Amino acid sequence: MIDLSVSCGGLALANPVMPASGTFGLEQAGIFDFERLGAFVTKTITPDKRMGNPTPRVSEVPNGMLNSIGIPSKGAAAFVRDVIPRFSQWRPPLVVSISANTPDAFADLARTVSVEGVAAIEINISCPNLEDDGKAFAMRPESTREIVRRLRDATALPLWAKLTPNAGDVAAVAQAAQDGGADALVVANTILAMSVDVTTRRPSLGNVMGGLSGPAVKPIILRMAYQCARAATIPVIGCGGISTARDALEFLIVGCRAVQVGTASFVHPSALVDVVDGLEAHCRETGIARIEDVIGSLDLTQAEHDMMGGAAPASDPAAYAEAHA
Amino acid sequence: MMMPMLDHDVVPPAAPAHPAPGRPVELEAVVREHVAVNDEYRYLSLDLPEGAPHAKPGQFYHLLCPTGDGLEPFFRRPMSVYRVEPEKNRLGFLYKVTGTGTAAMARLWPGDTFNLFGPLGIGFTLPADRAPIVLLGRGVGLATMGPLVPFARENGHRVTAILSARAPDLVMSVDEMRAAGADVITVTDAEGTSAVPHVEGILEDLVAKGACAALYVCGSSRLTRLAQAVAARHDLFGEVALEQQMACGVGVCFCCVRPFRENGETVHRRVCCEGPVFPLAEALA
Repeated sequence: MIDLSVSCGGLALANPVMPASGTFGLEQAGIFDFERLGAFVTKTITPDKRMGNPTPRVSEVPNGMLNSIGIPSKGAAAFVRDVIPRFSQWRPPLVVSISANTPDAFADLARTVSVEGVAAIEINISCPNLEDDGKAFAMRPESTREIVRRLRDATALPLWAKLTPNAGDVAAVAQAAQDGGADALVVANTILAMSVDVTTRRPSLGNVMGGLSGPAVKPIILRMAYQCARAATIPVIGCGGISTARDALEFLIVGCRAVQVGTASFVHPSALVDVVDGLEAHCRETGIARIEDVIGSLDLTQAEHDMMGGAAPASDPAAYAEAHA
Repeated sequence: MMMPMLDHDVVPPAAPAHPAPGRPVELEAVVREHVAVNDEYRYLSLDLPEGAPHAKPGQFYHLLCPTGDGLEPFFRRPMSVYRVEPEKNRLGFLYKVTGTGTAAMARLWPGDTFNLFGPLGIGFTLPADRAPIVLLGRGVGLATMGPLVPFARENGHRVTAILSARAPDLVMSVDEMRAAGADVITVTDAEGTSAVPHVEGILEDLVAKGACAALYVCGSSRLTRLAQAVAARHDLFGEVALEQQMACGVGVCFCCVRPFRENGETVHRRVCCEGPVFPLAEALA
């Protein structure tokens, strides 16, 4: 029996696999088995009702997706009344994603969703599709520390800060979120991007710019998750282009305690469950009893390079570089 | 009201032949037949695995188009069903190569497997009392209308189909819809018969003759606005099948919204799960 359980950001998860916010909803209940997930993460809700952005809201790019949905939301009250109770029929813990445009509104919303049935709050301080030319709280360490501190005071629930890959120094933002009192970091949201139809000369998206996700972003986000896991002591949850168990393993190996699968579910409706199955199969095939043993197991010793003159394996990269200068 | 009898009128079966649609599943279909039906359109017939759920007319599948040879479609492509043959466990799509996904799809050979996810969305509904219906379609919108003809005939409705295209050789489905028991009227740009006033005249005649108690439209904003006007004028039941770019196909991503009128307000609805078939009067075409 393989033990896939992990503790992560104040929660005990049956396995480290959960959906990325914005790619999961009750509509999928008949499509895959919700009981198989490590946790549920809802689409971001906002304090008030929002229409969202003009269409086209989505565009295909090589190995990925460009989107600018604009967080259409029925508002917090409807969400608390109609949606949260429906998740009580399944065992995985419910993580509610929230966002707001001002610290006051954000804090009010955190209080509003701190109700029975909610296990943790994911704070979307990173969505590049909001206002201000794609800027967000998580663009800078100072504004990150301030907003997380503000939300920390507003709720007793675990707080997961979802960071943006558009920040200049994501590791510094990760540290700031930890300083502010976050219980975990979700690394990361989509990368601000755009594309143009050369025939019409129009932007592919109604909102001109949007967020890039899917396999195309995985190496970039993996690097950031690695940097954040080194910079912070709180758990990091990897989120960026994870489509298969092998992708998930990469994030676990660099130090993530859990992963989120998003865009992949649009292409393969059972992607989340397939990743859980794949992790279990990998552990079985490689003799790993606990997924915990994979987490942070990145081997940084230099591999032998027999083809390069048979130099001795250099566990010290600097010495290796010097020897091969 | 007396209805003019048509030569194809038959005693309708007591119950619809289509089984109830099932919940969507991901499945591997096998290509049975794949042919060009004219210069622009291709027909793909698939064998479904045993026990696969069946689509209702107006529903769609999310297709995982094959990658390779320079074509790398990333998303699935939504496509409404053209032919539904539950008794044979078969499914058909009629499509035009317009982009990466359909170009990749055009490379499928008989015997190839094709990954589908569906059936998805809400299909057409028929009016009460076997009322006569009129279909109005243009271009690839005709494909969406295709399965509505046998469905309506099996349920005892008289069907008139007005098919619009650029030129006569591009009007598809004429023989097929006739064989399924529809009266077919073709209008084309080449013959100068497809303009809105002319089509409006045809619709008004059908209404006057008692042959149009419900209107179904797909494939043209112009024809949708016309159908809305005629339906409003005569208080007819109506539905419109709409398209939009999609990602998830099941209602979670909110990519595929379109505007609708609801209690005097403009609201967004998701084409994938609140449609693709919507009440005619509510669509903002």
